[in-house]
Amino acid sequence: MTDSSGPLIEVRDLVKTYDVSRPWLARVLERLPVQTLKAVDGVKFTIRRGETFSLVGESGCGKSSVARLVVGLDRPTRGSVLFDGMDLAGLRRRSDIAPIRRRMQMIFQDPYASLNPRWRVEDIVAEPIDAFGLVANRSERSGKVAESLRQVGLSPEDARKFPHEFSGGQRQRISIARALAANPDFLVCDEPTSALDVSVQAQILNLMKDLQQRFGLTYLFISHDLSVVYHVSSRIGVMYLGRLCEISAAKDLFRRPQHPYTRLLLDTIPDVEMTGRERVSVPGEVPDPIDPPPGCSFHPRCPFANERCRQEDPTPVQRGRGMVACHAVEEGRLPPFKRSDLGQ
Amino acid sequence: MALLEVDRLRVEFPTRRRALVAVDDISLTIEAGEVLGVVGESGAGKSVTGAAIIGLIEPPGRVAGGEIRFDGRRIDHLSDEEKRRIRGKEIGSVFQDPLTSLNPLFTVGQQLVETILAHSDRSADDARRHALRLLEDVGIPAAAHRIDSYPHEFSGGMRQRVVIALAVCAGPRLIIADEPTTALDVSIQAQIIALLKRLCRDQGTAIMLITHDMGVIAETADRVAVMYAGRIVEVGRVRQILRAPTHPYTTGLMDSIPRLGHDDADLAQIDGAMPRLHEIPDGCAFHSRCPHAFDLCRRRRPVLQTTGEAAAACFLFDQERSDD
Ligand SMILES: Nc1ncnc2c1ncn2[C@@H]1O[C@H](COP(=O)(O)OP(=O)(O)OP(=O)(O)O)[C@@H](O)[C@H]1O
Ligand SMILES: Nc1ncnc2c1ncn2[C@@H]1O[C@H](COP(=O)(O)OP(=O)(O)O)[C@@H](O)[C@H]1O
Ligand code: SF4
Ligand code: SF4
Ligand SMILES: [Mg+2]
Ligand SMILES: [Mg+2]
Repeated sequence: MTDSSGPLIEVRDLVKTYDVSRPWLARVLERLPVQTLKAVDGVKFTIRRGETFSLVGESGCGKSSVARLVVGLDRPTRGSVLFDGMDLAGLRRRSDIAPIRRRMQMIFQDPYASLNPRWRVEDIVAEPIDAFGLVANRSERSGKVAESLRQVGLSPEDARKFPHEFSGGQRQRISIARALAANPDFLVCDEPTSALDVSVQAQILNLMKDLQQRFGLTYLFISHDLSVVYHVSSRIGVMYLGRLCEISAAKDLFRRPQHPYTRLLLDTIPDVEMTGRERVSVPGEVPDPIDPPPGCSFHPRCPFANERCRQEDPTPVQRGRGMVACHAVEEGRLPPFKRSDLGQ
Repeated sequence: MALLEVDRLRVEFPTRRRALVAVDDISLTIEAGEVLGVVGESGAGKSVTGAAIIGLIEPPGRVAGGEIRFDGRRIDHLSDEEKRRIRGKEIGSVFQDPLTSLNPLFTVGQQLVETILAHSDRSADDARRHALRLLEDVGIPAAAHRIDSYPHEFSGGMRQRVVIALAVCAGPRLIIADEPTTALDVSIQAQIIALLKRLCRDQGTAIMLITHDMGVIAETADRVAVMYAGRIVEVGRVRQILRAPTHPYTTGLMDSIPRLGHDDADLAQIDGAMPRLHEIPDGCAFHSRCPHAFDLCRRRRPVLQTTGEAAAACFLFDQERSDD
């Protein structure tokens, strides 16, 4: 049934459209058409066991939408997600779905909003234990909660406290403890450190790495911060307006970025080491996703755009274990990428 | 004489049990045309410091000690009315959320014109021409058309440009910018930073740039002050502080930043967390987390000691400490 040599996650041509029309009555009165927004448009990737696959891109490009589809919090409009070879959409019976739900857990950006303020830490962490019936009695439950808290560097005594008694970093540890309590194989982490200070971020990223090694976890990691992504990832997918423009091994993406948007993102990283590199200021903004530009959706901001780019969608081209969707790359007319401070 | 002098500033928030000290005896200066970065983690006292300078501490919070001088004149004990005048004309402000600075009921043009009229003797027509020029200056495309739009019709990045236009429209000599790019996308952040830098250069405006983002400091500030638990632990030329910090907290902070091209398995981390206001320990506020702490650190509070172009508040660099 399952093939342990295959990828843990396989995402096939995922599409998610949202109806963003005005309310029905207003629409009819003002004769407005139905409006849809393609938050995810043909996204395709695989995640191997034990690796960290990351999605990066600017706000609104569809990262969280993909995350929700992958863990099954949302249903795709088209396409499918295979977990350990099984199509989530194909499972109908609760008894088939529950074990898979247990194996994939999610950690969110906002450690304040994702913990119920009226629950004690014990009950928050025990949520998956209760939901999936993982223990036989109360003392086993407390034992499991204490173990999870210890694994994330908190103390078993913290179980009696409420979320407001903790700092942002500690709350994120509680979320991670809750996820671990389910004995998962796969964690989807949606901007887990974006709301935290750098010094706290370092603690959480180190913890996540440590847990990955100890428990052989597989991560889908989401962030808009390229330096963070570089640090944690095995492979990276860059998203723009609902699409993947490039997938590559982490090191290659930074040393030899192909897609012009990847290069733009790299150029906008601030120079903390003060090597004297100027941060390039790119003109323009992300277009309105309700009305994306024709052809390559990046063409209004792309320095390499030509007539073909304005009309024709670039198709993803497989390159080794990576992928890139760009006419200029395909036509071989993209100059090599140069950056002074990466020691190339 | 510096444009802004903050001298032993102390800001307290009274509570039922005792007053919490959010800013504890900090001193800093900003020269005309200079960009001073203020960094530190959330709760370190950056915003409270900025709010004290522009006279916007929310009661019952209060300036409980020290002085703030602008252009040689003391401004921390002025009446609310006088503070308001200084706020519009001499000191502008830009906050993280552009919507807090904009009135949703008026067009951006109306808001700019009103502010310009309040602080100059231009005619209404002239004020509008000036407003338009400012919008063009901050990079609003089709400004002549957009001047009559409402704030909600702009994207986040465009709104922050409008806020910057509002902050500079009366020609202030100092701008307090509190996390001006934190809510924006990276590619837009770069645009806003470039804009602030250009305005500062062209008009000789000084900026106090408050942020928790070292990258923003690196490319914008001339000098930087690092705050921890309501105190300044290190201050100096930005290049020196970022490349060769001396205070153990700054060193730890710089090492915890993930960097492109660095392949260390783990990030350096400072264990523990910054103490909350009611639990700041005696002596050096950092001592419980500091790998170099020794006996004196738990008893006495270190003061800023200048060495070369930087100053750090740490006994490791205090030549006088043997005297006690
Ligand atoms: N429930 C929804 N209804 C309508 N539109 C939605 C919904 N959820 C997301 N969208 C839209 O889909 C697009 C992608 O959103 P998503 O939250 O996935 O972006 P993101 O990449 O996670 O952004 P961020 O970095 O801001 O978290 C956006 O344009 C968003 O406004
Ligand atoms: N209105 C207030 N009442 C009580 N405490 C406050 C108030 N405003 C700020 N503080 C406290 O002062 C400290 C410094 O806050 P702030 O200056 O906002 O930090 P930051 O460095 O993140 O900008 C924090 O501990 C904060 O909780
Ligand atoms: S397809 Fe054309 S417009 Fe799109 S990224 Fe490539 S070169 Fe630029
Ligand atoms: S004064 Fe002592 S505790 Fe404080 S930073 Fe210096 S060495 Fe560490
Ligand atoms: Mg998101
Ligand atoms: Mg603040």
